[in-house]
Amino acid sequence: MSNLIKLNNGVASLVEDDWTLVQLPATQIEERKQAGKVVLFKLTGEATVTDAQIADTVIPATGKIILPLSVFIARNSEVKARIAQGEIGVWLATHELLENLTQQQADLNALPIIAIFVERFADGRIFSLGNLLRTRFGFKNELRAFGDVLRDQLFFLKRSGFTSYLVRADRSAQEAIASLTDFTKPYQGAVDEPRPVFKRYNRGA
Amino acid sequence: MYKYDEIDQQIVDERVAQYRDQTRRYLAGELSEDEFRPLRLQNGLYIQRQAPMLRIAVPYGMLSSAQLRKLGDISKKYDKGYGHFSTRQNLQLNWPKLEDVPEILADLATVEMHAIQTSGNCIRNITTDQFVGVAPDEVIDPRAIAEIMRQWSTFHPEFALLPRKFKIAVSGTKNDRALVQAHDIGLEFYRDSNNQVALKVWVGGGLGRTPILGAVIREHLEWQHALTYCEAIIRVYNLHGRRDNIYKARIKILVKALGIDEFRKQVDAEWAHLKDTDNTITEAELARVAQHFDAMPYENVPAHDAGFDAAVASNPAFAAWVKRCVHPHKQTGYRAVTLSLKPHGQAPGDISSEQMWTVADLADEYSFGELRSSHEQNLILADVKLSDLFALWEKARANGLASPNIGLLTDIICCPGGDFCSLANAKSIPIAKAIQMQFDNLDYLHDIGEMELNISGCMNACGHHHVGHIGILGVDKDGSEWYQVSIGGKQGNDASLGTVIGPSFSADEMPGVVQKLIEVYIKERTPEERFIDTVRRLGVAPFKAHVYAKNEVAA
Ligand code: HEM
Ligand code: SF4
Repeated sequence: MSNLIKLNNGVASLVEDDWTLVQLPATQIEERKQAGKVVLFKLTGEATVTDAQIADTVIPATGKIILPLSVFIARNSEVKARIAQGEIGVWLATHELLENLTQQQADLNALPIIAIFVERFADGRIFSLGNLLRTRFGFKNELRAFGDVLRDQLFFLKRSGFTSYLVRADRSAQEAIASLTDFTKPYQGAVDEPRPVFKRYNRGA
Repeated sequence: MYKYDEIDQQIVDERVAQYRDQTRRYLAGELSEDEFRPLRLQNGLYIQRQAPMLRIAVPYGMLSSAQLRKLGDISKKYDKGYGHFSTRQNLQLNWPKLEDVPEILADLATVEMHAIQTSGNCIRNITTDQFVGVAPDEVIDPRAIAEIMRQWSTFHPEFALLPRKFKIAVSGTKNDRALVQAHDIGLEFYRDSNNQVALKVWVGGGLGRTPILGAVIREHLEWQHALTYCEAIIRVYNLHGRRDNIYKARIKILVKALGIDEFRKQVDAEWAHLKDTDNTITEAELARVAQHFDAMPYENVPAHDAGFDAAVASNPAFAAWVKRCVHPHKQTGYRAVTLSLKPHGQAPGDISSEQMWTVADLADEYSFGELRSSHEQNLILADVKLSDLFALWEKARANGLASPNIGLLTDIICCPGGDFCSLANAKSIPIAKAIQMQFDNLDYLHDIGEMELNISGCMNACGHHHVGHIGILGVDKDGSEWYQVSIGGKQGNDASLGTVIGPSFSADEMPGVVQKLIEVYIKERTPEERFIDTVRRLGVAPFKAHVYAKNEVAA
């Protein structure tokens, strides 16, 4: 059974996943993703992914694949033609910077899918990233959340512009669908409905 | 006050259903402890020393009598018959059962209440001062904006899982009583040179382990942009705030690391995209919400009342209460009244179910059915006629709610400390009680005058010890409980953080230490000088010398 929920015109259903996710090979280097020290990383120019990891990543020769951002940037020439054919998507971790993606790929809508990996479900950076991809960078295609995705984030993910959700493998995506509609009339404007409640309804006095 | 319409009601009802299911899944083992934690925290449920602790939201401190009556019922039915008003104007229950919480929420929803975002790493209850709408020094009644911000922040999808808790305070008075400088964001209303309503925005304040007073990020913001500007601030924080170390995760650390100028630059860059988008507040919405806070149906009463004057003249106990617990009011012939939740020898901020029912009745009888909670952990009846004060006093006194100690040494702000809180280094309630008993002589207490004494059981600073004129902090030394004392902290426009006077003390020593601090003050003060002013004039040295003098002789 698939654990991928996809929104189609606002209607959620379980679908088979036709994308293959490419992972970075593991390293011994201490990962500092949780650090939330993007500011510091930027100041010190520290990288969170090593050149060796990027070089060692196996890019499948055929099929629809989602590449890690660092690989997508560093080995872009290898996949140029496939991007044009709509076979390439990109995923980023919550600590990565969207500007790095947009500097490489000005036309984001050439990518059929952008996915964001959330390592711990309490990491709310994913929501701001979704929001920015939709509202700032005009991304219109599938926006996917994967990783530690549980039903209790789904409503927020939907409101932040995500249209597909790969629910963690040990949970039922079927049951999770219900959480997308936990609230029917949210107060504030967000990505899915930019108008706050006071602009959507006449609330009288 | 703000009345729910169907949309507000639907949200709390849907929340009850959602939380009921989350609790069910947790109890059925479908949610792990770690997964349930952020969910229950966003609903104000802690697992504490004794039992779970449930924090019920009191938005900007406003309560109706019906709500307080219901809180009395709930604390009777699901708890041990009392509740605790906190420094964030909320009510905490110390003994609810985890399984009962969905029922409690359902009960709360019947009176337009909830526990949404009273904890967790999200935007918390928005606070303001307890005299909003009635204070003579008020420039703008900030409640409409506070309510609009309450709605905007409720289940805000982008800010549901921030690096850390996020607290916003609004103030509409010349003399700040909302502690705007000790909040993640402080919004201070004023009228600009064109007589337009504007906001001064503070950012990066907070107490806790690293106490920092906020910095001004924007001198002038048109009120229409309150939501979008906060969005810009919080987005920068959400993306760049530290998540590796919870002690360094508050926005104040980010602001400090970047410097206020760089932080402002990033916020402004973000705001350029958000300004004038849909979350911009409209005149119509402000007007709609503001109507809920229109002035009360005041009667036309004279500025003086002969019966009141006579009672003050003939009854010293009443006069003492009037002096401490009755406050000026915008409306002629009316006063605001503080019901003290600080009777000597009891836990500050605690209130029994019976007292809640009584206060609800008093609010109905004397104050248009409304009341407020203060961050000093007292209750306020904001709209009492002069001619009613005596009758109100007699009833309040009969129910233990009329201690004439507001603003005095024994009006102690105190966190639950080691008696309830699993994070505590030391007990705080017994220290508060011991100090109250030491200063039980009313004349002496009044002579000492205006004083803020704040106690926290650990460096999380729930008791605001940093901004107390005297601050007491529970510390752990080799597994036993000690207390560190600071002086010179202050809230308000000229806020300051206290200075530690020296090595810490045992619990037994604490009343004596406070006594000695007072002795120095009494000896050194100039006429009309408050304790805090004497400390500011003289510095810590004379206080330190006197407090530690005996110890040195003994050693
Ligand atoms: C009993 C359960 C409680 C727990 C577990 C708890 C936990 C905490 C923690 C961990 C902090 C530090 C946050 C930080 O700086 O990042 C904190 C701060 C605070 N808490 Fe509590 N607290 C409790 C009860 C209370 C109560 C009863 C009050 C009010 C009487 C309160 C009001 C505050 C305030 C005002 C702060 C300081 C806020 C700031 O630094 O901006 N808390 N609390
Ligand atoms: S200051 Fe410490 S002891 Fe007191 S309530 Fe807060 S966390 Fe608990």
